[in-house]
Amino acid sequence: MADNKNLDAIRAETARWAETVQKATSRWPERQETFESLSEVPIRRLYTPVDVPDLEYLKDLGYPGEYPFTRGVQPTMYRGRLWTMRQFSGFGTAEETNQRYKYLLENGQTGLSVAFHFPTLKGVNSDHPLARGEVGKCGVAIDSLRDMEVLFDGIPLDKVTTSMTVNHPAPVLLAMYLVVAEKQGVGWDQVGGTVQNDPLKEFFAQKSYVWPPRESVRLLVDTMEFCAENVPRWHPVSISGYHIREAGSTAQQELAFTLADGIAYVQAAVDRGLDVDRFAPHLSFFFDSHMDFFEEIGKFRAARRLWARIMKERFGAKNPKSLWMRFHTQTAGVSLTAQQPLNNIVRTAFEALAAVLGGTQSLHTNSFDEAEALPTEEAVTVALRTQQIIAHETGVASTIDPLAGSYFVEAMTDEMERAAEAYIRKIDELGGMVAAVEAGYPQNEIIRSSMEFQKAVEEGRKVIVGVNRYAREDEGSIPLLKIDDSVEKAQLARIADTKKNRDNDAVARCLDRVRDTARSGENLLPPIVEAVREYALLGEVCDALVDVFGAYQDPAVF
Amino acid sequence: MKQRKIRILIAKPGLDGHDRGAKVIAKFLQESGYEVIYTGLHQTPEQIVNAAVQEAVDAVGISVLSGSHNYVFTEVMRLMAEKGLGDVVVFGGGTIPEDDIPELKAAGVKALFRPGTPLEEVLRFMKENVG
Amino acid sequence: MDYVAEALNGSQLAGARLIRLLEEGDPAGVEALKKLYPHTGNAFILGLTGPPGAGKSTLTDRIIAEFRSRDLKVGVVAIDPSSPFSGGAILGDRVRMQRHATDPGVFVRSMATRGHLGGLSRTTGEAVLVLDAMGYDVILIETVGVGQDEVEVVDLAHTTAVVALPGMGDDIQAMKAGILEIGDLFIVNKADKPGADDVVKQLTVMLEMRAGSADGWQPRVLKTVAVKGEGIADTVNAFLEHRAHLERTGALAERVAERELRFFRELVKEMAADLIFGSFQGSGAYADLVERLKARQVDPYSAAETLLAGFSCRAT
Ligand SMILES: Nc1nc2c(ncn2[C@@H]2O[C@H](COP(=O)(O)OP(=O)(O)O)[C@@H](O)[C@H]2O)c(=O)[nH]1
Ligand SMILES: [Mg+2]
Repeated sequence: MADNKNLDAIRAETARWAETVQKATSRWPERQETFESLSEVPIRRLYTPVDVPDLEYLKDLGYPGEYPFTRGVQPTMYRGRLWTMRQFSGFGTAEETNQRYKYLLENGQTGLSVAFHFPTLKGVNSDHPLARGEVGKCGVAIDSLRDMEVLFDGIPLDKVTTSMTVNHPAPVLLAMYLVVAEKQGVGWDQVGGTVQNDPLKEFFAQKSYVWPPRESVRLLVDTMEFCAENVPRWHPVSISGYHIREAGSTAQQELAFTLADGIAYVQAAVDRGLDVDRFAPHLSFFFDSHMDFFEEIGKFRAARRLWARIMKERFGAKNPKSLWMRFHTQTAGVSLTAQQPLNNIVRTAFEALAAVLGGTQSLHTNSFDEAEALPTEEAVTVALRTQQIIAHETGVASTIDPLAGSYFVEAMTDEMERAAEAYIRKIDELGGMVAAVEAGYPQNEIIRSSMEFQKAVEEGRKVIVGVNRYAREDEGSIPLLKIDDSVEKAQLARIADTKKNRDNDAVARCLDRVRDTARSGENLLPPIVEAVREYALLGEVCDALVDVFGAYQDPAVF
Repeated sequence: MKQRKIRILIAKPGLDGHDRGAKVIAKFLQESGYEVIYTGLHQTPEQIVNAAVQEAVDAVGISVLSGSHNYVFTEVMRLMAEKGLGDVVVFGGGTIPEDDIPELKAAGVKALFRPGTPLEEVLRFMKENVG
Repeated sequence: MDYVAEALNGSQLAGARLIRLLEEGDPAGVEALKKLYPHTGNAFILGLTGPPGAGKSTLTDRIIAEFRSRDLKVGVVAIDPSSPFSGGAILGDRVRMQRHATDPGVFVRSMATRGHLGGLSRTTGEAVLVLDAMGYDVILIETVGVGQDEVEVVDLAHTTAVVALPGMGDDIQAMKAGILEIGDLFIVNKADKPGADDVVKQLTVMLEMRAGSADGWQPRVLKTVAVKGEGIADTVNAFLEHRAHLERTGALAERVAERELRFFRELVKEMAADLIFGSFQGSGAYADLVERLKARQVDPYSAAETLLAGFSCRAT
């Protein structure tokens, strides 16, 4: 960043200054002996050009919309268009969630994001024995195309983009969405959106897996191939660090494992014979924005730069759009506290600000009551308003990447990049992310980090306001959203009704075709679309795949 | 030569895969000298209670973050009574709203630890109620 | 609750509580065991040993399923290590077998080593007796799997299987020392990974060099993919063939008799020591002897002789 002569002078001056500080601190010691980031990166007292000696503006930062995209993926960023405010939501029945979507759209939200209940995420129906008590609780219950038709009733699918957070069963949900669009008279080439469909992180983060690692990656590549040909505006995967972080990883691990997953997917697609410059522009990413402000900003900036380098150098991508990393961000669910819940509004605001300063393409802000339940309408509104205040009142969206050039921010960005690269090398040595997952490597790393973090909180080395500092006994309670058990009953009745009113022979034939295709290795999406069109249940389609792929079981490492 | 060791079953019911809390507790109890039997993910109440029978545990801890706590704990308590485990201490943790706690306690759940509970508090509870 | 009667009736609760008493060294447990003893001796006892992560628990899960499909009831005792620091333990073998938790024909009991060396816990044998009396046809013992010296299971099991995995390379050579002698069967698990056939070959060669066992059984090497259930039926068949061989040759009766004798001698030693030390409780001469031992004024041999001389005088 600076020439060498200059650096030497700064080095000398910094040493001189450090001595004067030494005098002061011998009398008035600093608050702590050492300072660390949330992810245990040592933080120095002061950052100067000496801390980023190798930074070359044109090579390492460049310009927004240009390689290596450190400063952002679009040339005008938020001056052109604000990020998409996309609140993840879903609860109860499809009818209830449909109402909430309409409310959010009326209030200025610009995209939909579907939260499915656990049974859907695990590829089983609401009538599965393990689903008892979970139906509609943490998301909307979708068992068949019928629920999907209700979910998007009155919402024109050529006018909104939709993100669906679901992984192993993602192709089934995508298939349902496409059939709903068809029924609305909207062509597949007009629908836009994302399915998360990021199978590998399920084995070490969210644990909503259905089939084993290799088979799950095959299904992902099937989706990528299918979308590239038939649904050009669809993002077939959102490579997600969010759940990795929420499972207790550090920021560095979140970044590294996400990119390593991405590398595994791109490699698998290339191995299938797909043209990298055809599918890579449709890849998207999803990160967590946690409490350590500058560390997070460094993470976002490093993520873009590192991915651009990986795509160019490792995969030889040429299309500029193959190199850019676009990502969605969600503020950290784990940072919310059940204690003194209003404090969560403040936490979320800072996390959201970090995401915006880090150049996110879309953002979900958590609601203050979400440590305990799904959000009420009031809480969701505050969360959405938080984004609107950042966008329209703070002025941070008026210029691009305003923190670039800060010695500290650039040093954090470098630090993140280096740490992630070291992990990626290790994963390469293990034979790539699929092999690493099979060997339990990311699982062990995350467990270790989360245990260490817990210990630090227990010992008070990490402060959580209202929990291990400034706690109060006399906390009032806030109103929470209650999902009653009528949802479960309604859902079971609907499944029974669906089974009665469909052509069961046609369903059986379709499921056989799904099994045959799973064995033959051809693309699975077409038979899945046919099966859901006949109202095959989600669990039936997933079971057919399990018949061929086997079911995965968690090794439960400690 | 008598040596009594407290045995605790830690269980994770339902389809929800968020097992960080269950694992942190299991590890912590191990480090505090307890013998912990872990069920792994995706358990029905029946599987949990049968494991508690076979392992002859003193306590059963269940982690729920999926909103299904009312169903899970009620069902576990019912099965425990049915299978002769009335003397086994049941406790829980996870995202359990304050409002739901009285009802669960009335059903016989001894303690419910919300997120952010210091582990020392869990240990104190174990010492006082289990041994 | 009459634990004995209930356990004999198949009550899992009673059986589990009996094992707990035994594990805690409660005299009531031993009394119960005496009553259960006439009902034991029917189960086929299998041992599964091998390094951690080899897939022993996963195999156990599959083997349970296979025996169940042949209508045999299965008991499992799975041992995991206790922490030497806290004395606590996380017993995780059960995770792999939980799908059988709702099957009344399966009983899984996890045990911690509590400092006991040799791959089992001190009361594994007692737990097996209880399961035997309860009518489980097959009892599987999964050892800790930490060391090379996990040979204790051989004493207890009729058939011992050693689980190996691909990529062990030099470790296979190292296995030669201890483990190779104890296996009646060798299972190369994770055969979905490269190198499985190499391990099979190496083991086969090494076993051919090993002198056949006294009873004429030639150890077999099998390949499995436990996560997919491949090779399990063959494995169970091999278990049963070994069992048939032991019965045919009379080696089973011999093994069992040897074990009972060994166990009896152990018990006599243990009980004799209790008796002897107990008789000197509060004795001045004893305290004096201990003091002189501590001060190295007497060697342990002479001290022991002195003590026993004193004991036999008292006894007569
Ligand atoms: N690839 C593969 N993995 C296996 C196989 N059998 C077990 N595993 C995995 O190996 C790990 C350790 O298995 P576990 O049964 O706990 O081993 P144990 O420590 O010997 O009891 C788990 O992650 C299993 O899923 C197999 O045949 N193939
Ligand atoms: Mg094991």
